[in-house]
Amino acid sequence: MSKKTLIPIGPYHPLQEEPELFKLYCDGEIVKDIKWETGYNHRGIEKLSESKTYEQVFFLVERICGICSTSHPFAFANAVEELADIEITNRAKYIRSIIGELERVHSHLLWVGLAGHFLGYNTLFMWAWKYREPVLDLFEMISGNRNSYAMFKIGGVRRDIEESKIPAIQKVLGDVKKKTDMLVGAVMDDPVIHARTKGVGILTKQDIIDYGAVGPTARASGVAIDVRKDDPYAAYPLVNWKVITAEAGDVFAKAQVRLLEMYESISIINQCLEGLKKEKEGEITVKVKEIPEGIGNGRAEAPRGEVFHFVQSDGSNSPARHKIRAPSYVNIATFRKSCIGQTIADATLSLAAVDPCYCCTERMAVAYDVHSGEKIMNASELICKSAKRTNEIKKKFRI
Amino acid sequence: MGRWGDWVTKRRRDNKKKMDKELNIEDFKKNFKSDILEIIEKNPRREIITIKSESILPVAKWLYKEAGFRFIIASALHTKRGFEIHYHFSLDSLGLILNIHVILDKVKPEIESLSNMFNASNWIEREMHELFGINFLNHPNQDKLISEGNWAEGVYPFRKEFKSDQEKR
Amino acid sequence: MGFKSYCFKKSLWVFHFGGASCNNCDIEILDCLTPRHDLERFGILLVGSIRHADVLLVNGSINTRDKERLLEIYNQAPKPILVVAIGACGCTGGIFAEGYTFAGPVDKIIPVNAYIPGCPPKPEAIIAGIVKLIKNS
Repeated sequence: MSKKTLIPIGPYHPLQEEPELFKLYCDGEIVKDIKWETGYNHRGIEKLSESKTYEQVFFLVERICGICSTSHPFAFANAVEELADIEITNRAKYIRSIIGELERVHSHLLWVGLAGHFLGYNTLFMWAWKYREPVLDLFEMISGNRNSYAMFKIGGVRRDIEESKIPAIQKVLGDVKKKTDMLVGAVMDDPVIHARTKGVGILTKQDIIDYGAVGPTARASGVAIDVRKDDPYAAYPLVNWKVITAEAGDVFAKAQVRLLEMYESISIINQCLEGLKKEKEGEITVKVKEIPEGIGNGRAEAPRGEVFHFVQSDGSNSPARHKIRAPSYVNIATFRKSCIGQTIADATLSLAAVDPCYCCTERMAVAYDVHSGEKIMNASELICKSAKRTNEIKKKFRI
Repeated sequence: MGRWGDWVTKRRRDNKKKMDKELNIEDFKKNFKSDILEIIEKNPRREIITIKSESILPVAKWLYKEAGFRFIIASALHTKRGFEIHYHFSLDSLGLILNIHVILDKVKPEIESLSNMFNASNWIEREMHELFGINFLNHPNQDKLISEGNWAEGVYPFRKEFKSDQEKR
Repeated sequence: MGFKSYCFKKSLWVFHFGGASCNNCDIEILDCLTPRHDLERFGILLVGSIRHADVLLVNGSINTRDKERLLEIYNQAPKPILVVAIGACGCTGGIFAEGYTFAGPVDKIIPVNAYIPGCPPKPEAIIAGIVKLIKNS
């Protein structure tokens, strides 16, 4: 009987910021089974939501996840406005979309950096995070904080984007576009990255449909679902843009989709800024009388996929039930299909490719399995393993 | 031709979408006439359909396999009527969300699991089991998901206390 | 100058423990190491094992599951170690303090040397906090 090696990744691991325990059961170098533990991040947000008023819930849901900080208030606002049949002004729609797309840009840059770190390209990590900083400065200029912007309220937005700020935003976006060109060239044309990421962690179209996966994970496998096109909200139907898909379903395809989406986001923001200039006299908020009884389904396209909020109201000031489903909840479950059968170095890459946001998911599975003769490898040896693999490939290409 | 042509194409596309949606919902209503208890149409893209809890498997099978809906998530709530579950299905081509609503028994809430049909519902059913104590029959592995170390077995944090009518008097 | 303050003068090695957090603070901590603030030029490194660390950074509201892990990590840490609670959640539990899995802010579980509040604290605030800690230790 072959000896199985147990390699834990986590729970507190430098390559992941969030607590999570993956147990890879390996036979030699190949991953045979994967079990994961969770519950480390469970904060009881849905229950907390029932004790807050609708306005207070915005501050709560913003802190579900730091990286997709706007997507949760976006979906919640969509849900409550659908419940109460509230129509927001065009100016508010443009501002909401600008914030949503700026967040997409910064989140994808963050992912590119982390993917570079997993591969052993620490320069890519440092550069991507350096070019992310001007976007965070933009957020600070618009809303006052680099993360957790508190821009949303029922019926509109809380702060306006003045005309005087628009040239600064456009300048930063121009710089980000140039840097994205450079990153795209660095990632898409590098033969070593091709060798490491093509054919790794493949998810077929049927896998995506079976797990109900969403976002770039689904679009990289040819399933063209995007809430902004399918169920339009805010300013997305008012601007021109297209959904980016790829066919291969491997890590390279996911990177490709994310990088190309950044260009679309920059284009959407520029169009929304033009729209803002036209809607000079518009109000940013409408008067909201009360939230009637009923239900509301709200969704938004976060950088990782579809965020879904379901709000049930009984006519009082607080939600009677607030169900939150983050995209990583369905995307992480696909690890089973993408990691089993891969080598250890490739499995860690597949885990990162889904861009898991553990805090969004709020909960991960618990599994304890005891194999006889288990040998536990040091967790930090995993990144070294991945970096070693990259170096081997570099030698093959004589770089 | 330009703008007029665009307008005509868009109108034809919208009409076709409307017809597709009406076709889907009409098919659904025809196939499951005896299982449907109530239909509320909130707006053209949101409907709440209350069905008998025994019919959840054939309904979900039709939505997933025949009509091409995607399972988003399920949410449960403990009310005076019992344990109510909303299953949220999305038809991405039309941006339509169907909320399939079932009401389970107050004392022994149980319903067939959908996880043998697709993997998308596996984790949420385990979570509902831990938070509400709802039993999902024939679930492939109804193990703990989030409660280990966070709260004790037999404790269901999302259950509520309702005063019975006699206590109220 | 005592032995402790001599050890903590420069080149602190930092171990980061994220409790049940939203990750904003984690990202801001990592931001301190990126080119704009670049703490690595002072020799401050993020290490993979608590046994190599001089400073333990804790953020996030700790839930009952994390509590045992945090205690384990603190017990494994080589003493003396400086513990820093980062963010509103680390200092007081923040908005998650009323949750049903909340197990107390960090200072109820392990002794804390410094608090850096904010939601999230900017990298400049984190750096200022660490500098103040070193000066006072």
